[in-house]
Order: sequence, then structure tokens, then C-alpha cells
Amino acid sequence: MRLAFILGEIGSGLRRNLSMVTSVILVTFVSLFFVGAAGMMQMQISQMKGYWYDKVQVAVFLCGDNNSPAASCASGPVTAEQQATITTMLESPAVKPYIESWTYESQEDAMTHFREQFKNSPIVDAVSSDQLPSSFRVSLVDPEKYRIIAETFSAVPGVDSVIDQRQLLEPMFEIMNNASAVALVLAGLMIICAILLIATTIRLSAFSRRRETGIMRLVGASKTVIQLPFVLEGVIAAVIGAALASVAVWAVAQFFIVGYLAERFRDVAFISVSQALVLVPILIVLGIVLAGISSAMTLRKYLKV
Amino acid sequence: MIRFDSVTKVYDRKTRPALDSVSLEIDRGEFVFLVGSSGSGKSTFLRLVLKEELATRGAVYVAGQNVANISSWRVPKLRRGIGVVFQDFRLLPNKTVFGNVAFAMQVIGRSRGIINDRVPEVLKTVGLEGKENRLPHELSGGEQQRVAIARAVVNNPGILLADEPTGNLDPTTSLGIMKVLDKINQNGTTVVMATHDDDIVNEMRKRVIELRNGVILRDEAKALYTSMLPVVRANGDDGVPTATGRMRAVSGERADALAKEAGL
Repeated sequence: MRLAFILGEIGSGLRRNLSMVTSVILVTFVSLFFVGAAGMMQMQISQMKGYWYDKVQVAVFLCGDNNSPAASCASGPVTAEQQATITTMLESPAVKPYIESWTYESQEDAMTHFREQFKNSPIVDAVSSDQLPSSFRVSLVDPEKYRIIAETFSAVPGVDSVIDQRQLLEPMFEIMNNASAVALVLAGLMIICAILLIATTIRLSAFSRRRETGIMRLVGASKTVIQLPFVLEGVIAAVIGAALASVAVWAVAQFFIVGYLAERFRDVAFISVSQALVLVPILIVLGIVLAGISSAMTLRKYLKV
Repeated sequence: MIRFDSVTKVYDRKTRPALDSVSLEIDRGEFVFLVGSSGSGKSTFLRLVLKEELATRGAVYVAGQNVANISSWRVPKLRRGIGVVFQDFRLLPNKTVFGNVAFAMQVIGRSRGIINDRVPEVLKTVGLEGKENRLPHELSGGEQQRVAIARAVVNNPGILLADEPTGNLDPTTSLGIMKVLDKINQNGTTVVMATHDDDIVNEMRKRVIELRNGVILRDEAKALYTSMLPVVRANGDDGVPTATGRMRAVSGERADALAKEAGL
């Protein structure tokens, strides 16, 4: 009986405040969609980091014929002796624990890789193998420990430069991180909007039903019976907004990321739809929480029992 | 049933208190008129009983319980034991007579079966049988007030507070309302009625508590609206029917001071 009564109250409240409820739904939808977008962006970043960081290596480039300005190249191209010293150093106990594996890439190997990478570009014909430096490709146990290798090898005679390939990826990750930060800031602003809007809606709803609530108080209705319809009104609107945001997140993952980006850029690891759907329960809970916060704020002020 | 123990209520520190160390006791089953001009503290009295306000000093006991000690989640339980009727009826305009009375039972979780039994019964008590399906605007003022009374007593409260229930009604209709209230009182409900209506007070000859500027001016049994002076004497030896027996909570000096003020 009491449940049916509360449900009836909610229904009439939603109908009476239809335009306000609609705006609550839309604002929660937009704000939570921004949260979802930021979430997907972060997932994508960590996905790509995992994918690339496994592959990237530290490259120890050796001096070639191109008169490198590095001090360690003063004596001209790397000699076999210098190369042997570097090999010994790679196997030495000081460095060995940090290295997972290493390979030597000769100028011819470098040329082969270069041809593969730029096979559609006319630049291939303009480059010959002696223009490309030979190098040691070092995979690290922990890619963060790049500095140790750099410090050890950069001053060794015959070494031109030590380059962490990870650094080549950093600008891209930085852009994505910034984009997701912007999305989060927008989401934050929209969430503030949503909270205030829900509070206003509940206030209006409480005002338009003050006769009923006044009588309910007088005849001794419990706090739950009086306040729950208002709280649930806000929660229902916010959950509908969160559900719409979830649908939007799914649509972006399904049609934009999987359907478009992944087709276009086949060699980049994109997040899957099921990964994006992990965000759905988070968005729904977030919607409930923000409705809860704003109704708690409002009811304490406008609906005393 | 209701006991005030030197209760003071201050709304605004700059002005005089709305109630100033008021002590009184109303027994179970009594019918009490609360009279006095506007601002004398009648409404504050009713609000304190409902715990809509808290006493600044002193204690208010309702059904033996100090209301200050009732936790906020048990206040609804206190209010279920008290019915309230207002001058402006406060009916829900979009609900029928039946719906308005049933509302008071729905919100405290009574089952449909109990509601369908109880509502017609209480509508009969207030003399509204056959008008269950009318909307409030289709009723006269007196009938609307009967609906309000039915709603106030449908949950069988021990106390009925009425704040000028006849204020908007003509004398004949008022008399009908008084009969209903009297009937409810006969059934054992304590009735406290704040009023300006001298005809009704004089007609009913019940206990009258008169407030002025937040203090009790007189408290007489079977009294009239305007007091028959001399009113209050601590020893009550003036031969006029007074309420000295009920004045036990009022100190001797206060009674003397009041008597002096009243011209004795």
C-alpha cells in the first residue's frame, strides 16, 4: 500500500514537472557522456601504452659516415673494436639486469626496415644504406629505466646517440591526455549544472506539493514517505540521463572506434566495445550519486519533517 | 495528556517572548478553549504541542513524554497521536472527500481494506455520509471543515488541536461544527480549541484558558468567553466558580499579580 502510494506520488511529480525533468535528463546525459568520453580516452591511452611500450626499444645509434657532431664520434665511423666494447658492456653485470634482450642492427638491416616502413613513399629511392646508422636495439626489463642505459652508453666512443623510442610516442599520449583532461573539466562543469538543476527541480516539486507534504507531516507520515518520492524523482531522471549517456558511449565505441577508426588505422590497437561498456555501471552509479547529493542538499533545506 | 512546565518560547530576542513561563495541565478527555487576542500565544501553544517548535525554556509533555526528548525520526509517531484542524480547512482540491480523508491513512501505510472500513465510519461521525465522491469546491465551508475534522480524527488520535476552526464560518454552521467536536470529545479524545468566537465559548461552557501577551490570564472550568471577575485568586474564596483547582501549576504570586492587573 505504502509502496503503491509512493510510486503514485513519483508518477504525479514527474508528470507535473515534465519540462524540468526533461532538462535534468539532458544535462545528466551530457555531463555523464563527457565523463564516459574521458574514460574511453584514458582506456585508449593505456591500451596504446601497453601495446607500444612492449615493442619500443632503446636504440643505441653508432657513429656513421655522416660526421655526427657528438664528441664520442670525433674519431669518425664506429670501429669493430668499439663495437666489441659496447657488446661487452651490454653483457656486463652493471647493465645486464636491466636488459631483457638486445640485437644488433647493421646498416643493411636498417635499410630493410626503412624500406618496409616507407614502402609507398618516394623517399626510399633517395636513401642508401650507408646513410642509415647501425645500432644496438635494446629491450629493457622496465622501460622506465631508460636513463641508466642512456647514461652508460652516450659517452662511449663510437656511440652517436641513445634514443628512447618511447619519447617519440610521448607527444601523442600528451595530446590524448590533454583531451581527456578537457573532457573531464567539461564533465565537472556539467555535473555542477546537473546537481544544481536537480536541486532546483526538487525544490519546485516540493513547492508545488507543499499542501500535500504539509498534511503528510501533520498526520504523522514518516520522513521516508514524505521525502522518498522527491529523492526518487531526481534519481529516476538522473538514471535516465545516465542510461542515455551509456547508450552514447556504446554508440561511440561501436560505430566510431570499432567501426571507423579501427578500420582506418589497422596497425593501432583500439579499445573494444566490451571494454567501453565497463564504463556503463560507473556512469549509472555516478548518476545516482549526484541525484542523491543534490536531493540531500535540497530536502534538508526545503522539506523539513 | 498535555502538560506545560514553565514553558517560555522566544522567537526573536528583541521582542517579548511568545509564551512566558506558562504552566498548565490538560487531562485526558478534556475539552479546552484557548482564548486571547491575536499574538497572545495560542498558535505557539499548539505548535509546541506538535513539536513544530521547541520550547526555549521549560518542558512540554504530551502523553507523558517530554517532546524535547523525542528524536526526529519518532516525531511522526507523536503526530499520529494528534489530529489538527485549521481555520482554512487545508483540503487537497484535486481529491474527493473520501480521498482527502483516506490520504491521512495512506501516508502512514494503512491497508486499503482498513481504509475502506474506517473512512465511511468517520465520515458518518462528522455527518457527511453520501458525500464521499464530492470534490472540496463542491462543498460548503461547514462541510469542508467537517472533512478536515474527519481527516484529523481518522487515525484515532488521543488529542485534537483545532486552530480557530469556526473562524471562516457563519454562527449556525459553527454550531454544527462544535457539535461534531463535542461528539469527538465524548468519544474520549482530548480537544484543545483556539478561538475568538465568544458565542461558541459561552454556549459550550467548557474549560477556558485565556492568554494575554504570552502569559495565562485565567484558567477557569465551565467558563464564559469574557471572564466573570474576580477571576483568579490563589485561594479561590470569592465564591465565583473559578478554576482554582486547575491553577495548581500557577504560582501564588503570579495569580495575585494577575488578579491585581484585573482590577482587584
